[in-house]
Parts: sequence; C-alpha cells; structure tokens
Amino acid sequence: MSRSSLRLQNGERAELKDVPLLSLREFHGDLLCDIRQGGRLASLFGHPVGDGVRLFAVTAHGDTGELSVSSADAGDSYPSLTPDCPQAHWFEREIAEQWGARPEGHPWLKPIRFHRPYRGGLPSDGGPLPAGVTDYFQVQGDGIHEVAVGPVHAGVIEPGHFRFQCHGEDVFHLEISLGYQHRGIERALVGGPGPRSIHLMETAAGDTSVAHATAYSWAIEALSNRRSPARGSVLRGIALELERLANHTGDLGALGGDVGFLPTASFCGRLRGDFLNLTALACGSRFGRGWMRPGGAAFDLEAPRAAELLERLGQAMSDVGNAVGMLLGSPSVLARFEETGVVSKASAEALGLVGVAARACGLERDVRFEFPAGIFRMTHIPVSTWESGDVFARAQVRWLEIQRSAAFIAEQLVALPEGPIRSEPAAGLEPESLAVAMVEGWRGEVCHVALTDAAGRLARYKVVDPSFHNWMGLALALRDQQISDFPLCNKSFSLSYCGHDL
Amino acid sequence: MNWAACVPMAAGLAAAPLLTSVINRTKAFFAGRQGPPLLQPYYDLAKLLGKGAVYSRTTTWVFRAGPVVGLAGAVGVLALIPAAGLPALAAFPVDWIVFAYVLSLGRFFTVLAALDTGSAFEGMGASREVFFAALAEPALFLALAALAILSRNLSLSGILSGLQPGLWMEKGPALALVVGALFVVLLAENARIPVDDPNTHLELTMIHEGMVLDHCGVDLAFIQYSAGLKLWALSAIIVSLVLPVRAGSPALDSAAFLAGMAGLSVAVGTVESCMARLRLLRVPALLLGACALAALALVLVLR
Repeated sequence: MSRSSLRLQNGERAELKDVPLLSLREFHGDLLCDIRQGGRLASLFGHPVGDGVRLFAVTAHGDTGELSVSSADAGDSYPSLTPDCPQAHWFEREIAEQWGARPEGHPWLKPIRFHRPYRGGLPSDGGPLPAGVTDYFQVQGDGIHEVAVGPVHAGVIEPGHFRFQCHGEDVFHLEISLGYQHRGIERALVGGPGPRSIHLMETAAGDTSVAHATAYSWAIEALSNRRSPARGSVLRGIALELERLANHTGDLGALGGDVGFLPTASFCGRLRGDFLNLTALACGSRFGRGWMRPGGAAFDLEAPRAAELLERLGQAMSDVGNAVGMLLGSPSVLARFEETGVVSKASAEALGLVGVAARACGLERDVRFEFPAGIFRMTHIPVSTWESGDVFARAQVRWLEIQRSAAFIAEQLVALPEGPIRSEPAAGLEPESLAVAMVEGWRGEVCHVALTDAAGRLARYKVVDPSFHNWMGLALALRDQQISDFPLCNKSFSLSYCGHDL
Repeated sequence: MNWAACVPMAAGLAAAPLLTSVINRTKAFFAGRQGPPLLQPYYDLAKLLGKGAVYSRTTTWVFRAGPVVGLAGAVGVLALIPAAGLPALAAFPVDWIVFAYVLSLGRFFTVLAALDTGSAFEGMGASREVFFAALAEPALFLALAALAILSRNLSLSGILSGLQPGLWMEKGPALALVVGALFVVLLAENARIPVDDPNTHLELTMIHEGMVLDHCGVDLAFIQYSAGLKLWALSAIIVSLVLPVRAGSPALDSAAFLAGMAGLSVAVGTVESCMARLRLLRVPALLLGACALAALALVLVLR
C-alpha cells in the first residue's frame, strides 16, 4: 500500500484535511502501485472544489482489510488512468460526464448516463441529451451484421440498449448503453441528510434496498459518531442475507426459464416470493423498505416472530434444495450452462468485477469477508467461489451462497442478542469529514462515500452499485459467443439498470 | 362424393388448436400450476380475428401474403392426411412429396414475410428456420420413403390406412426408427423444446416466434391456426403409425385415434417439461440424428 494515502476501515470516518492531496502524477502512480499490489478501485469520483474538480479515489485492499483514500486536483483535464488500469474506465467516463473533467488518452470516452454536466460554466447547447445516441463501435466486412436490442424489451425488465456486432450467429462485440433510468440520486442527496434521503437510498436499486440502506446507514453513523446496538447489527445481517436468498433464488429460476427448463423456473419463482414474504414478516415490506435506518433497525424480531421466520425459512430452503437440485442435476441444463459466457480470471481482475460475477471467476472478493463490519465481524460467512467463470459457475456460486446465507440466518435467529435495536439520534454530522461504507449486497460490493461540508451537511454522496463495475464484464462474456446465448449470460450476471443509472 | 373422406380433414380443422392446449396443460402440471383452460387457443383466435392489423410502411404485399399462404399450405396439407383408418380427402401416388413441399411453401412465404420487415430479429429467426428446416426435410423424406416401401403403397392414405397391427410384429425395429425420426421432425417443425421455445419472450433466442414478431390481429390468428394445423398433420401421421387400431367400428377407431393424439401431445409436453432447450449450435446434431434413424429404417426395410 502506498505510503501517501489515508487508510481507513470499512465504516470509518476521517477528517477531510487528513485525506492527502497529491499531484496528479503522484495520485496516478500511487493508484497504479496499489492496484498492482492486489488492491481494487472501489470508487473514483469527482467533487467540485472552487472552479476545478478534485478527484477522490478509494482503493480496497482485501488482504489487509483496509481502504486507502487519496485525492488530487484535476482541473478541466487530466491524464487518463484507464490505459494502465482498465477498471478505472467507467469511473472516468462518469467523471467526464458529471464534471466535464476530460481524461486525456481514455480509449472509449462516451457518456454513460446522458445528462448535462453538473458543473456550471461548461459549454453546452442547452437541449436535452437523448439517451443512447452516441457513436457505437462498428465492425465492417462481409457477412457482418448489427443487431440492436432495447431499450424497450419484450419482458418486464428495465430499459437498456445493447448493440451486437455479429457474424452470422457469432458475436464479435457487444456494446451496452445505459442511462435511461437516470434520476439524479447523488445530486438529490447533496445538502442532506433530509427526510427523503433514506428513501432515495432504498430505491437506488429496488432489489438491493437493504444493502443500499445499510451502507447509507453506516456512512451516516460514521459521520455522526453513532453506532448500531448489537441487536440492530444482527437484524441488519439477517435482512441482508434474506435479500440475498430471495434474489439468488429468483435468478436461479430465471436461468432455468431462459433455457426453457420449466420446473425450476416455476418453483423458484414462487420460492423467491416466500423469501420476500419472510422479509415482509419482519418489517412489513417485501423488499425490506423501512427496516434499515441510521442507528440500527426500525423493526425488531420478537421471539414468536423469530421462531416463525426460522420455521418458514426451513420449509422454503428444503423446497429450494429440490428445485435447484433439478436444475443443476439435469444434463440438458448443464450442457447449456457450461462453457457459456466465460470470463477469464485475468479479465475479471483487470475490469475489477465484484460480487457473484467475480467469485464465479475464482476471485475471493466478498466484503463480508474482506472488510467485515457490523455482525460480520463476529460471524464469518465462508466465501463461495467457483473457478470456471461461465454461466454454470455463476449459478453454482448463487446456490452455495443460498445455503450459507440460510445457515447464517438460522444461526443468528436462535441467538439474537438482547437490548435495543436502534441507538439514540445524534446531533448532526461531523463537518469537513469523509466516510466510506461498503456492504456485500446480493449482486456484490455496494460502496458509499460521503463527504460533508463545513456546516455538517452532505457535500457529495457517491454511490457505487456493483452493476457499475460489472456491466463491462457482461460485454466481455459475450465475445465469440452465440448471440442466442445473450439472454442466458445477461441473466447469469443479473445486473441492475437503475443501480447503474442512479 | 364420399363424405367419409371429409371427416379426417374436418376433425383436424376443428380440433387442431386443442393439441396446443393439451401440451400447455401438461407443462402446467409439471410446473405445479393449473394451466390455461382447454379452450384457450380458441378464445385467443377469436380475440385476434376481431382485431385490426398494423402494417409497417417498410413492408410490401409479401408481408401480407405470408400468413395467408401459410394457412393455405397448412389446410392443403391437412387434406392429404388420413385418420383413424379413414382415407384422406385427396390421395394419389407419392402425395407425400406434395405434402412435404406444400408445407415448405407455407414456410417459404412466412420466411419471405419475415425478411420483408427488415428487422434484425426476424432476419435471424428466418435464417435459423430455413437452416433447421433444410436439415429436417431429409429425415421426413427418408422416413416416409421407408414407410412407402414397407407398406408397398405410394399414397399417404394408402400407407397409413393400410397399416395392420401385425406389421409391428414383423417390422417393429424399422417402424420404431421411423416413429423416432418423425417425432424429432414433429418437435422441430412445430417450434417445440428442445429445438425452439414457444413461450420465450427473448427475441434473440427465437426461431419461429422471431419470424412472426411483426404480425398482429387476423394475420397472427392465421399464423397460430396454421401452426396448430401443422402440429395436427404431423401428429396424425405418428399416431396412425403407433396405434394402427382396426377395431372394425369407426367410433372405436376414432376414439383410439383421438386418445393417441392426446397422448402424443402429453408426450411432447413431457419432453418440454423435463429438458432444457438445446443450444442452437447443437440443434443440427439432433436433426441429423433423426436423419440417421430414418436412413437406418430405410436400410432395414430394403434388406
């Protein structure tokens, strides 16, 4: 780890003045050094300071469990990191779009969300920016054809645009263009926290409500020197794992549906609902909305409800075991899953993939294990990995995680610590501070970085959903694959459009 | 005119959509659901027939002709199919070649209509359809040729009506091979799993559904109805082979035939419920396998 950067634990606060302000050359060199030593870029974002833009980088070091933070003033342009560090590519495109700071030498500089820059004083023609209108990469030649899919899809899914360059049934290149769901969540949080802030976080990516709300709560707790009581922390862990159970089960069913394997598709569709209902049993919302709040949890699990939850969890798990057993035990399904959509370990590492997609390539990346906070400091959930990097690996990792999450919930439910579930409200946030909070959502690493101003209000709130890292992984997985396998690969990544678009 | 000859065709025209229903109910059973009502395909057809159609400005008369020619082809094919020991409306020597190519004529126009839209999805669907149809055709021909030699008869009606249960004792292996090949052709021609997934909403994986994405209203009703007729025609051939019941009474023969049709649909639904769809790359291997079965049958009967 480079000496010049500030080191933090997950969920820890630091004074802004302690974040080293480096020259661009040092900033660049330090980051590359960190990455070469096994770190990964958890967040890279711009923050307006005076007339210019200051870059903040958060690097996560899984081996030491530390996060390093550094900053540098960029001005209107700066030398791009991407040629040396591919995992910065999407971040740099975001910074260019949000703040007009141009990464010189970026190989693929295009908008990612199609909005006007946030910073005033930049040249602008004033009109709206139509999403999806950009120069797409094109392949020319005999027998090459282009297929455009979306943003309006046939299923009930979110909008996104996919451009395939194909030769017959073979895909040479896939380009993904998002931004249709951009709502301006990061901007809406500035000046907070206000009464709407937590609701914005819970709807940043609707299926990841608990993870985002937990990350936000940790960030706010760190900034206000507040802690969740033990019982609240355990409830957070339970909520997070229930969310994982529901979504992983739904995804395994959907994988079955995409290859036309009906039994698992139907059973898992119902079982996902059963898990969602367990969350509803605890807090009244199937998506866990309203359960996680700064300071702890807003709803307790009294003994009778904990017992009922445990019993219903056991029933659902035995059904999930049957449904998934059918899926992963069926030769015709395995023939479709294996060697489809392979991402190599090297590519996954270079792109900075996180979550299920990274673990399916054999990378041991799991915030619960590497940067444990809350209950995960006390109870470790083994990291589930698989080596092959294909659709099967992503399905298998989900199934392993389902079993381990269920075991974790069962273990915690019988040993819920006594005491309050939420700590007393604090006066306000510490001024001129920075806090980083990371949570392993069901898709992967959710990283929130909060910066406060002199008055203790949020000056910048950066949200990185795992989808932000992983969309490019999907594009790579499709190279030299059959175009008819795209829906299957897409489902195996199961990424969020709104979590990316924010 | 012999009115009895109209019966197989009339039965096909009236009952063909029921086969889809039986398949869907079977799949629903395996999925732990109740499934749609048995008459749902008829409701759907009635609904679609009551709707207007939208035509893209980029399409020409070819696009409008596609469903009509497709339906005409399917009805024409049905006229050649005997059932339950009753001869077909039309029967003449080597009519099974006409059967195969009238079926192909309908497909040809469906493909042209798909290409006429200029849509990438329809183009991909059309290309896959033509590729797989070309591989399914030899299997169909070899199987029918083996049957013709086996029964020493040249028309479909002659082959299927003249079939005696005793033939299974004599030539069982060859017949079984023919039935296996025809079953694969049935799955491929009717866009069933493991070749195609009729329920998918994923355009990139579609074959038959991909070609008809732009059709609506009456045109779509025609397409769905002709798909039903095609399923009926091919199923009728298989059922006549497997259950050559000649009880002497038309009522008993018909009951056995209809039960056979329902049983075959259940079998198709069971296949769909028990296995995933093949990767598109592997479909040719399945169809070539069907060709090999049929060729082997031909060798056995020539021996």
